[in-house]
Amino acid sequence: MALLELRGVSKRFGGLQALHKVDLTVEEGTIASLIGPNGAGKTTLFHVLTGIYRPDSGDVRFGGRTTVGLKPEEITKLGISRTFQNIRLFSHMTVLDNVLVGMHCRLPSRLGGILLASERHRVQEASAVRRAIELIELTGLSGREYEWAQHLSYGDQRRLEIARALAAEPKLLLLDEPTAGMNLTEARQLMGLFMRLLETHVRAILLIEHNMRVVMGVSHRVHVLDYGEKIAEGVPEEVRRNPRVIEAYLGRSDWAEDVKR
Amino acid sequence: MRSKLVVVGLAAYIAASSVLAFFLPRSVLVFLLFQASLLLIYCAPATSTAKSVLSAVVLVIALPVVGWVNGYYLEVAIQIGIFVALAVGLNIVVGFVGLLNLGFVAFYAIGAYLWAIFGSPQANQFLPGDFFPLSSRWFFPFLLLSVAVGALTGALVGLPVLRLRGDYLAIVTLGFAEVVRALVNNLDKPINLTNGPRGIAPIQKPPLFFEPALRAFGLEIDAATLYPLYFYFLVLAFALAVIVVTRRLEGSKIGRAWKAIRDDEIAAAAMGIPVVRMKVFAFAVGASFAAAAGVIFAAKQVFINPESFTFMESIGVLAMVILGGMGSLPGAIFGATVVTILNLQLLKGLSLWLNALRQSGAVLTLPFFGSFPLSDLPVQFEPAKYERMVFGLILIVMMIFRPQGIFAPRRR
Repeated sequence: MALLELRGVSKRFGGLQALHKVDLTVEEGTIASLIGPNGAGKTTLFHVLTGIYRPDSGDVRFGGRTTVGLKPEEITKLGISRTFQNIRLFSHMTVLDNVLVGMHCRLPSRLGGILLASERHRVQEASAVRRAIELIELTGLSGREYEWAQHLSYGDQRRLEIARALAAEPKLLLLDEPTAGMNLTEARQLMGLFMRLLETHVRAILLIEHNMRVVMGVSHRVHVLDYGEKIAEGVPEEVRRNPRVIEAYLGRSDWAEDVKR
Repeated sequence: MRSKLVVVGLAAYIAASSVLAFFLPRSVLVFLLFQASLLLIYCAPATSTAKSVLSAVVLVIALPVVGWVNGYYLEVAIQIGIFVALAVGLNIVVGFVGLLNLGFVAFYAIGAYLWAIFGSPQANQFLPGDFFPLSSRWFFPFLLLSVAVGALTGALVGLPVLRLRGDYLAIVTLGFAEVVRALVNNLDKPINLTNGPRGIAPIQKPPLFFEPALRAFGLEIDAATLYPLYFYFLVLAFALAVIVVTRRLEGSKIGRAWKAIRDDEIAAAAMGIPVVRMKVFAFAVGASFAAAAGVIFAAKQVFINPESFTFMESIGVLAMVILGGMGSLPGAIFGATVVTILNLQLLKGLSLWLNALRQSGAVLTLPFFGSFPLSDLPVQFEPAKYERMVFGLILIVMMIFRPQGIFAPRRR
């Protein structure tokens, strides 16, 4: 069954057609990748999915209901959460607090309970902290709970982004270049984590990635965007051999090399 | 063992400074030493129970006793309490959520005028009958009402204004405060709501509901001595309530959401935080603290006029927050205390001291420069008038050496 379904989604910024009639489906229990040259519209698509941009036309259906017109926080509550390509952590907060912020919409505490420091509120806070620490361990940041997010290394900041996104208990996890700036060993570790997440924490993952090893290694399905249009889709092997994909990258020989490899 | 020594040392310091302050009620220096005991307690390496007990001893026993001897000290403490509430409220908006609010004093004015109008004969000017001033029994209901009114005006101003960011928000809040001040200044005609620049007096004080109990204990204290103590404890309780509420909010999902919005609004929205609602809520909480502080201020002053609610007041409270450290609750408390002491005690004390020198006819002899008779010191040289200059200097020095504030927010 399709968890996420995009039909003819378009988005225009002035003279730039960032997305043009994009159709895309993410099935339950799968990892899908979104690839394409820089400026192809991948991150714009994420912004549309998370409600930061509203599409000019087309429909986005998540778990059978449309999300067009919903506010970002409503979409998060429905079960989509994301990481950012240019890391957007809460830099003057601790690692633990960053993850706790991710839980915001799952914490039932109400104002009265908070002000009176009710038993129920304190129990909920304590269990939230426990869950947050579990996620911090899962993403390999154990022992860093009380460090400031801005003091983490680049790779650890990416991991914290994932922990924070998971804290919102998403059904669909959107990862925007999660392995950027990581070496091969670190990227492999992360790939293993994605596979495990699919079994334990989320129902599907959609990731934007430039590292073709990662894309080919973890994806059940690959979607290719170029100039805002979807030009190919299929299992990794098909996409790798697709002449349109290779053509899209011609003139960008590095990319062509990447895809062929 | 070591922490026991620390506690004993602190207790000795408190005892010594209290005794000194009791027997030397005129010395500003001694009172400063006494006030420093709170700071020492806060910074000392002791258990939190020991710290709370010691602070309670200072605030509930030592300070009132010392204040009994010199009423001026109580006045200073009351002012500090009011400014602590204001600074903590503004710290929520500026420090936690990162919204620069230059018109915070508007909410303070709204609270003050709320009680001033109905707690004085003023309301008879525009309401039929002769029901006003309301009896002092109404003070506490009005204190609660002011929290609601403050929150409501905060939210009403916040809703349209919070779409703006950064500098624009600062300008609009500044404008709002000026509008409130202009209204208060000019609403003496056609209907006399606020009595304009002449101000309102006399304003009812809070009720002496505990007087029968005191009498039962055989204590006959006249109202003139009782009221300063009463206000002191009232303000102490109010400031404590404000601090507790802020601490609980800060440690909850609401406080985390506020700080997340400050650090990255888009990421906060993507993490499921209703950004606008949280900002409006922060505005409302800050405003409700300020309005309640206003009610107490009006009751304490007996007379208020628009002069007390100028732009410089907003800036003063902002300076307290910045000095203490934006986003830090201890910082806001510390900033409010230090700035108030500086204004009310240090600079005034310095002026008095210089005056005394001038009159003593002493001669200052400097090597190489010759001698100056101190009576030649120009009369304009009076530190109490340089309050703003001193402020400015302190803030500049802060920005250079410790831009995050004295008690910058800590990681647990």
